Amino acid sequence: MLLHLAPLAASDLGAARSQMAFTLAFHIILASLGVAFPAMMLIANYRGLRHDDAQALLLARRWSQVVAVTFAVGAVTGTVLSFEFGLLWPAFTGRFGKVFGVLFAIEGIFFFLEAVFVAIYIFGWKRLKPWAHFWAGVPIVICGIGGAFSVVAVNSWMNQPQGFSPSSGTVTSVQPLKVIFNPAVPYEVPHMILAAYLVTGFIVASIYAVGMLRGRRDHYHRLGLLIPLTVAVIATPIQFMVGDTAARAIAHDQPIKFAGMECVQQTSTHVTEYIYGRCTSSGVKGGIGIPGFDSFLVGFSTSTKVTGLHTVPANDRPPYNTMLHWAFDTMVGICTALIALGVWLGIAWWRRRDIPKTKWFLRAVAVSGIAAVVALECGWIVTEVGRQPWVVYNVLRTTDAVTDSSGIRLTFVIVVLLYAALAAALVITLRAMSRRWRTAGDDETQVPYGPSGGAPSEVAS
Amino acid sequence: MSEADAVAVILWVGVTAYAVFGGADFGAGFWSLVSGPGEDGKRARALADWAIGPVWEANHVWLIFVLVMLWTGFSSAFEAIFSTLFIPLSLAAFGIVLRGSGFAFHKSAARLAGRNVSERLFGLSSLLTPFFLGTVVGAVASGRVPVGNAEGDPVTSWLNLVGIIVGALFVATSAYLSAVFLVHDARRAGARDLEQYFTNRALIAALAAGALAVAGLFALHSDARYVFDGLTGDGLPLVIVSALAGIAVLVLLQLGKPRGTRPLAIVAVAAIVWGWFVAQHPYLLPTHLKISQAAAPGPTLTAILIVFGVAALVVIPSLALLYTLAQRSLIEESPGPAPAPAARTTT
Repeated sequence: MLLHLAPLAASDLGAARSQMAFTLAFHIILASLGVAFPAMMLIANYRGLRHDDAQALLLARRWSQVVAVTFAVGAVTGTVLSFEFGLLWPAFTGRFGKVFGVLFAIEGIFFFLEAVFVAIYIFGWKRLKPWAHFWAGVPIVICGIGGAFSVVAVNSWMNQPQGFSPSSGTVTSVQPLKVIFNPAVPYEVPHMILAAYLVTGFIVASIYAVGMLRGRRDHYHRLGLLIPLTVAVIATPIQFMVGDTAARAIAHDQPIKFAGMECVQQTSTHVTEYIYGRCTSSGVKGGIGIPGFDSFLVGFSTSTKVTGLHTVPANDRPPYNTMLHWAFDTMVGICTALIALGVWLGIAWWRRRDIPKTKWFLRAVAVSGIAAVVALECGWIVTEVGRQPWVVYNVLRTTDAVTDSSGIRLTFVIVVLLYAALAAALVITLRAMSRRWRTAGDDETQVPYGPSGGAPSEVAS
Repeated sequence: MSEADAVAVILWVGVTAYAVFGGADFGAGFWSLVSGPGEDGKRARALADWAIGPVWEANHVWLIFVLVMLWTGFSSAFEAIFSTLFIPLSLAAFGIVLRGSGFAFHKSAARLAGRNVSERLFGLSSLLTPFFLGTVVGAVASGRVPVGNAEGDPVTSWLNLVGIIVGALFVATSAYLSAVFLVHDARRAGARDLEQYFTNRALIAALAAGALAVAGLFALHSDARYVFDGLTGDGLPLVIVSALAGIAVLVLLQLGKPRGTRPLAIVAVAAIVWGWFVAQHPYLLPTHLKISQAAAPGPTLTAILIVFGVAALVVIPSLALLYTLAQRSLIEESPGPAPAPAARTTT
């Protein structure tokens, strides 16, 4: 993707799109952790209380500290995104803020509550009674899902805009319920929430897999691997089905986006499904072709007609066709591989109530975290680049949404530098926390939202 | 009151909350920036840190609240402000990134070097962010933000006398609020020396804020006549309330009686925020865009009011729970920067 950013940044519009893509691609990882990590933390907490498992409680406690750090960083990157609604796309927000804004107002409530209960949960480890403390964590999970619904529903609305009129010029009438429950919500929202659980599960599991590969094969590491991995391998096949449904819905709702994803140039039946390959205006070059399969995927029959890119003028088609196609194939490919990983675990568990003995399993889990993030980013490339040249599908072009002020090329460079530092600081901090847990014990670790411990009095003494 | 006015009032509730709570946090960062390397400075930083920790995030979501209310309720005003004022708002956003990262990392940063860097960044951005947000308010109040996509001047709209004075006023007000709060926190922690330390600083910041407010009135008189007339007309009672509350805080602190100074300081800030609202009413962007002109269609406004009602029912109790828990467990868990070092108390 980075290769594509360089030429993009040559114009103000390109720089604005690059900055938005970059900040969103960054935020989406933290947002996924924010949505799903608290659930895994609570599963560990529940196990710890229910089975009197001190190691599970320790995991839950440490995970809550990671949640605090990633949540604080996610709040920062989320604030930047809300600034960018105005700094980059004022003409979009100026015209449609009154339409989609209510969803963000709803999201605000969830976010507020989430922040409050994250603080209470972190605070409560010593203060609250164990089960009361557990229940204080439940609102975090609910708010995470509610917040994800609200934000992704806005993106769904951009793909399937409805509930406002007139369709050109100043909006004078809005039907909020039609905006909130737009036709893309039923497939896009579950797809993203499942993605959050899947990505978080594989990321966390991969970290403990690395620990086990380094010889730390104790109960603690086993739990740290199995809790998130179980959640992820359950989510993955469901995700595959939801994604498949979404693709079919897009073929119907946004045929040009689908044509871009699959490099379909001319409308026809018996369309070949290509795995990878290079998109050209005369069709796919290279790649592995499966005759008729694309038609079959869209309508369960090879005689299904698939709309081609050439049905609309060139300036109504999405750019970077090959990248779009590759992103789609990579996402599907990774999801398939992750399902295979889940099957592997499932068979071993069914036969021996244990994870597969071979080191290759741990190695596979260790790379699954990165693979899941790649799939997540590919999914966003598909939905965002695939919607181009529209910011609001068939209503407002991205080029008409961008700010008229100059200077985005500069802010884009600054944002990249700032975020690089932010990412480095995040990784260093999390690694330092993990080192301290192993060497100095848990009370030495301080996190945002957390009790200040004895810090001020230490200074006084 | 029309629905549009009601939503504008909610917007201003968010602005007020951000000015008070966010302001106090900016101020804490400001004091840690200027606290110096000595033992006093270290203890002052520890106190500021101890006082703002757990509620930081809740304080700053008010900013997001304001942005969302503005773009949902008054989309065209949002467009005008964010496009014309691209430069100061970008700078404020960078400040927020640095500040937020400082907050996220400085507690967990293990090594002292990392801690110092993030503390510096936290302090510096606590100074710059409110300044640039202040210039934005100055630009709006002085009528330099016309409707449309970047229709105003990208530089002179905010980089002018009114903008700079309002920016400085934001910094001074934040520092003042924070110092008043920290006097209370020092007392709660039983740190007599820090109580005095922040009392002195509250007095200085209050005088600075007062001087800047007066200077601001002169600048508005020559440059932003509509708002000036409003502040000295319909808004005058609120300006007087603000001034009286500010003076009362000064007197009480001078007498060494900090009880009641916190609510009074909040009143002083809130009154001037509402004075600004009254002064430019019915305009949102004086004298370019009225509240009624910018307002979203009825169903959107109704939806905002419903969401706000739900928020009030759900968020306020949980926020109250957090503040209560935070205050209680802090008292139980960490005694704060308790008695001053023996060497100092004997002198």
